[in-house]
Amino acid sequence: MNVHAQNTLTEAETALIDSFAGRFSDLPGDADVTVRRDEALELLKQGLPTRRVEAWHYTDLRRLLSTIPAFKPVSEAEAVAPLLDHAVVLPVLNGTVHDREAGPEGVAIARLADKLQEGAVEAEWLTAADRFDAVGAVNAAFVSDGYWLDIEEDAELEHPLELQNIHAGGQVHARFVANFGVNSKATVVERQTGAGSAFATSMTHLDVADGAEVLWIVLQEQPDDTAYLGRFSAKLGKGAKLTLFVMNSGGKLVRQEVKVVAGGEGSEFKLRGVNLLGGEAHCDVTMVLDHTAPDTFSTETLRNVVTGKANGVFQGQIRVAQIAQKTDAKMACNTLLLSDEAGFSSKPELEIFADDVACGHGATVTDIEDEHLFYLMSRGIDEKMARGLLVKAFVAEVIEELEDQSVIEALEARLVNWFAEHG
Amino acid sequence: MLKIENLTATVGEAEEAKQIINRLTLEVPAGEVHAIMGPNGAGKSTLSYVLTGRSGYEVTGGSATLNGDDILEMEPEERAAKGMFLSFQYPVEIPGVPVMTFVRTAMNSQRKLRGEEEISAPDFIKKSREIAKQLKLDAEMLKRPVNVGFSGGEKKRLEIYQMMMLEPNFLILDETDSGLDIDALKIVADGVNALRSPDRAVMVITHYQRLLDYIVPDTVHVLYRGQVIKSGDKDLALELEKNGYTGVIDAAA
Repeated sequence: MNVHAQNTLTEAETALIDSFAGRFSDLPGDADVTVRRDEALELLKQGLPTRRVEAWHYTDLRRLLSTIPAFKPVSEAEAVAPLLDHAVVLPVLNGTVHDREAGPEGVAIARLADKLQEGAVEAEWLTAADRFDAVGAVNAAFVSDGYWLDIEEDAELEHPLELQNIHAGGQVHARFVANFGVNSKATVVERQTGAGSAFATSMTHLDVADGAEVLWIVLQEQPDDTAYLGRFSAKLGKGAKLTLFVMNSGGKLVRQEVKVVAGGEGSEFKLRGVNLLGGEAHCDVTMVLDHTAPDTFSTETLRNVVTGKANGVFQGQIRVAQIAQKTDAKMACNTLLLSDEAGFSSKPELEIFADDVACGHGATVTDIEDEHLFYLMSRGIDEKMARGLLVKAFVAEVIEELEDQSVIEALEARLVNWFAEHG
Repeated sequence: MLKIENLTATVGEAEEAKQIINRLTLEVPAGEVHAIMGPNGAGKSTLSYVLTGRSGYEVTGGSATLNGDDILEMEPEERAAKGMFLSFQYPVEIPGVPVMTFVRTAMNSQRKLRGEEEISAPDFIKKSREIAKQLKLDAEMLKRPVNVGFSGGEKKRLEIYQMMMLEPNFLILDETDSGLDIDALKIVADGVNALRSPDRAVMVITHYQRLLDYIVPDTVHVLYRGQVIKSGDKDLALELEKNGYTGVIDAAA
């Protein structure tokens, strides 16, 4: 693709770049980190990607990102109650880690700001993947804090960990790293939320070593006037199992990228996504999954409920390398479109270089079936309640696939909340 | 109980609309069981949908009242709260909605519409257990989504389970016997018979007289082209079984 020249920057692009000068002195990092931030900023000066860039075709970032708020100098953000009982909460409030709990046994917890300060991160880690990697570039330039978790070999965490990236408006840019040792087992919740209009970015990277089993839950519940750019990336070792559950139920403009490499023989990746989109929300989930080892297995199921004038996007790309024989990959994206003004775009892509694989994908867009509605109503349930039951059931199916009953109940409670607010 | 007078109804949109019910008059008094028989396309299932308020079925003339209340103006859930119940010919599968959740929601919605108290969880569970046992329904099945993965017979039994849970006063059984083996048929019939009472009535829509050996009707009506062309006692069903509909239809022409 040709680099297209953009003569003038938008108001938001200018505001974003200008905000760096005032923020720079507060940002942690050694000399190397400073160089990376600078490079990222230079990328941003070339402008944000538009719909002419294939990866951003359905989400014209340049047009949709209309305002960039200033950084809030004082922390007004407060941690929220954890999704799961007994969770160890690790909050990042307005972009900064204040005090943190000592980690449970088997986990070493470090501040990301310290890691940056010590120069303990690799250069590529703060480098955008390409010219149009807006998520990587904004976050590399502005990242201020987050957590770095090392889970010991064979550790089985009794209680879940909950990472929180919470804002009180303004801008927040956080990063999380989690290295799961060989045969370790854990459940981690990542919360992306706040109060007030904000521009938030967050990047999470997991290294799941051989035989480790991880359930990672991303709950994105941003306020209705917040723009959020997120990335989840992971690398799976031999026989590693990762289930990523993503629930998007907020935000005005949301891009959640998922980049996973099933790089260890026999590794398994499951993506389960629920997108609850109302109002004028635009929510884009873009996944790139690489199968680079034999006998790897992946399934992706997304259930979307779109009402009002909301717009949803799912781009799912599965690439199977030549060496990755016996790969089994299945992707499904099902959408309930509840309003004439709502929309959903689904773009599955399979790139297969191995000859002995089973890969498939399917997408549906439907409304509630009259037959179902009448069945419920004929038993005495009014139309509004019947619709609510059916819509909830449509997404609950994905949640109920999870094994842990307490996780299922907690997620269903969030679901009920959303429906209570969005009728 | 149920009084239908000169009822005319169409199916379909605007110019495509087809008149299926044609000046139909029928009365089912409280305490009685009436069978509706007739060849395919006579309007039997349409009648059940018109009475329960399915969308797409438009009443263009006549009236239908339940205990004096005009039901045709009511929403389906209001009719249910008044006591109408349809056991569907083809019960739909509803993924993600567990049977117990569904039935309890329905029961409490009906109670609310009638201005009654909700049923308590222990009372509901107790009642559900007794009825499930009577219908030989596995308790595990009631935790599963409505009809998903159920056999034809299980679906029909689940309809009767709902009927017994909700205790309606006007029961419409639409081809409830289809897909049932003889043992299941007996179980289902016992369930319906257990509900028979002086203030309830039953309309049994069926093709075959087999079911009527177990749920014995007071009156049998033959429906043809949206009209009742003949009514008689239970022997009429036997006669139809033996000779088919042709004779009756010819006599009415």
